[in-house]
Amino acid sequence: MATLDYPLDRPIRRPREWSLSTLFYEWVATVDHKRLGIMYVMSSIVFLVVAGLMATVMRIQLAIPNNHFVAPDTFNRMFTMHGTTMVFLVGMPILAGFANYLVPLMIGTRDMAFPRLNAFGFWIFLFGGLLLYFSYLGGGGLSGAGTAPDVGWFAYSPLTGRAFSRGASTDYWILGILLTGVGSLASAINIIVTTLTMRCPGMTLARMPLFVWMMFLDSYLILVALPPLSACQIMLLADRFLGARFFDTQMGGSAVLWQHFFWFFGHPEVYILIFPGFACVSEIIPVFSRKPIFGRPAMVGAVVAIGFISLGVWAHHMFTVGMTSLSNTFFAASTLIIAIPTGIKLFNWIGTMWGGRIRLATPMLFCLGFLFQFLAAGLTGVMLGVASFDWQLSDSYFVVGHFHFVLVGALLFALFGGMYYWFPKVSGKCLNETLGKWHFWLFAIGFNVTFIPMHFAGFLGMPRRIYTYEAGRGWEIWNLISTIGVPIQIIATALFVANILWTYFKEKEVGDDPWDAWTLEWATTSPPPVYNFEAIPEVRSSRPLWDLKHPEDPDWKYER
Amino acid sequence: MTKRFRRLLALTLSPAILAGLEERRVGNIFQTVATPGDAVRQSAILVLSIAAGIFLVVATVAAYAIFRFRRRPGDDLTEPPQVYGSTQIEIAWTVIPLLIVFVLIGVTARVVAGVQDHPIPKDAIHATVVGHQWWWEIRYPDYGFTTANELHVPVSEKPGETPTVLRLQSMDVIHSFWVPQLAGKTDVIPNRENVMWIDPRETGIYFGNCAEYCGTQHAGMLLKVIVHQKAEFEAWVASQQQVAAEDASAAAGRATFESLACVNCHAIRDTPAQAGHTGRGKFGPDLTHVASRLTLASGVITNTPEHLREWIRDPQVAKPGNFMPAMQLTEQQIKDVAAYLETLK
Repeated sequence: MATLDYPLDRPIRRPREWSLSTLFYEWVATVDHKRLGIMYVMSSIVFLVVAGLMATVMRIQLAIPNNHFVAPDTFNRMFTMHGTTMVFLVGMPILAGFANYLVPLMIGTRDMAFPRLNAFGFWIFLFGGLLLYFSYLGGGGLSGAGTAPDVGWFAYSPLTGRAFSRGASTDYWILGILLTGVGSLASAINIIVTTLTMRCPGMTLARMPLFVWMMFLDSYLILVALPPLSACQIMLLADRFLGARFFDTQMGGSAVLWQHFFWFFGHPEVYILIFPGFACVSEIIPVFSRKPIFGRPAMVGAVVAIGFISLGVWAHHMFTVGMTSLSNTFFAASTLIIAIPTGIKLFNWIGTMWGGRIRLATPMLFCLGFLFQFLAAGLTGVMLGVASFDWQLSDSYFVVGHFHFVLVGALLFALFGGMYYWFPKVSGKCLNETLGKWHFWLFAIGFNVTFIPMHFAGFLGMPRRIYTYEAGRGWEIWNLISTIGVPIQIIATALFVANILWTYFKEKEVGDDPWDAWTLEWATTSPPPVYNFEAIPEVRSSRPLWDLKHPEDPDWKYER
Repeated sequence: MTKRFRRLLALTLSPAILAGLEERRVGNIFQTVATPGDAVRQSAILVLSIAAGIFLVVATVAAYAIFRFRRRPGDDLTEPPQVYGSTQIEIAWTVIPLLIVFVLIGVTARVVAGVQDHPIPKDAIHATVVGHQWWWEIRYPDYGFTTANELHVPVSEKPGETPTVLRLQSMDVIHSFWVPQLAGKTDVIPNRENVMWIDPRETGIYFGNCAEYCGTQHAGMLLKVIVHQKAEFEAWVASQQQVAAEDASAAAGRATFESLACVNCHAIRDTPAQAGHTGRGKFGPDLTHVASRLTLASGVITNTPEHLREWIRDPQVAKPGNFMPAMQLTEQQIKDVAAYLETLK
């Protein structure tokens, strides 16, 4: 029989002493996976707001043709910093944050395998990010050309070479991202080892929550995909400082080589970013539909398939560089095939809701937003995967619309869902439902108003990364609508921040398991004690708390 | 300025050869007028329809599930039947997408090969397009002249009749040649030559952009393809092959131009400003027939005498960040040089 006590004893809470030394020990010297997780998430929210404000400036600039709101170089720095920040300082750390906080709790253990490596990973990410932003002060370098990097988040050579990128701004980009990359690798190794070695008794891989499965596979992808980026960044440093010629086309180097390296990292990176979204949704939809996930083995299989196939699709970012028709067709085929496991996941989520009793609370609303927007994002992805169609769409605003549907419409919605879902775990209090619903609806409206029109601007030939455009090209109306959506998103995000503060200071505690959930993190108190579990639990199925709550009909009877 | 007025202005100012050509400013990828663009459009419409169909079906099912299985007030709080999955259903929703994907792969393979591996006829017109930060150098090796930013090609009455083959090269960083109504984009990469072809079947002035981020003025690297009737194309070629016009009334401006650093970057054929005399003159656009062009500064401003003078006075106003410096000329010098350039029809 399961030997799980539920709920566990409440830990004794001592009154807090506020002094510098407690602050230091609680938040700086800590190696507790939960605190590190919270710090990861908080710092990525700060970076999210900063990069979001940059996006706002860019949208104002593009609202009307021939606008002079910002100078060309300012705009170019902004889209570079916006993209770099969102990918490396928001997407990557927030996934590390979620994984750090939840993986040990979900597999019933007391901490990550390497707690100090964990702290190292967080701090090196944070200082890497700060180093990147320091370029605004220090990036002028000796020649005084430029401050922040203005080479795009993809930093295509030879634009990043000494000849075209003077000053030190590109070096800040390289070094800042190298450091955050080290942090991501540290955290990925930690998650892999923790998952493989520290699961509680009875938790076989087959019984592991889908969240953990997906974070595990995500970490594997990080481990495979990030080193090529670090490698080519070091090659670029060698070009810039040691007179190497890898990417220096004036001396026989190759501009296309950088693209292969970058996208060999960059495409798996897209999946690295979206897997945590899948992870959140795969936990939330079952609990709010009151049914187990539909087709669990297929779900795991699909993520494994995506993880492998995603390593062989990178050149679909390069259909326009003049590869042979055979290579173009190969990468189109591999890209389109990835739609199949992705579709399976989507169908399984719908299958989970089918026949359930769907509670439309805020976490679930965000997951439903995810479902529809991810469906749209996946289908525009199929369009981009058709190499010939991509010749028109590549580097157009259609692409901007597409990947914001993936990263905002899908990923950010899923993460918001996750934050509403696990906030009571972290704080003991449920985020305010009324504010939450306002947040959801305003954000969904603002998001769609901003990003749907971009697809049409792309159909009309609007290229990406232009700081302004002439009138009469058919783009004015789409850009104006797009900009109108921005204030709606800002209000929604402000409501979210207000909701966190309000709830944290004003709301009442709601108990350990407010959603009536089934995974192990809800078997301890909310918030959990430093040691997570008083006694390490033992599980017999993938829904240990269901077994406990329904002794008459436990899952382990049906699971092998 | 209204669009109509601007068009009228452009017509009155440009040489007779350009009269009557319609401006196609909107690069709608679904209104293509050349074979490569058409091939892409047909595959695009197929893919769009399939995607729209899938979206409708899946979104409807999902919306129905949410509506039908939502918890209503007054529902009992018992748990619904716990269903773990169904192998048959999993197989069904694996196999059906697999079939759709195979269709898409087949279509892609056909269109890609059809455009990329298309044999180039021997009598095709050849142009070399060289990307610079931030303008386009356009060479016609068979005709022996160089121009900038506006690619002139003849119309093809039948598909593929008089295609133009473009050899794309870059002088500095990566650019991308994109005129959406004619063809998909092809990158313009240093230390590499890419080839594409177009056979527009309707005359007109087609607007495009550089489509790969290439630095400060990426947005100001505009592109035009001017499609002529065949006779008019030949007339245009003949006019471009002529030596630079000599106009005694512009002698002062010419003297100023040739005595200053202008010639370090700009060539004017058959004058001292041409390669070999006072400089190579390849860094900026060839000005031999600059007055025959529609625009200046790679499409950022229209080619009017007033714009030309403003451009010479300070190029950083119209196109901040571009590599042409303000030459600190006196008002008289500006007027003279502009008047000289105006004679280079």
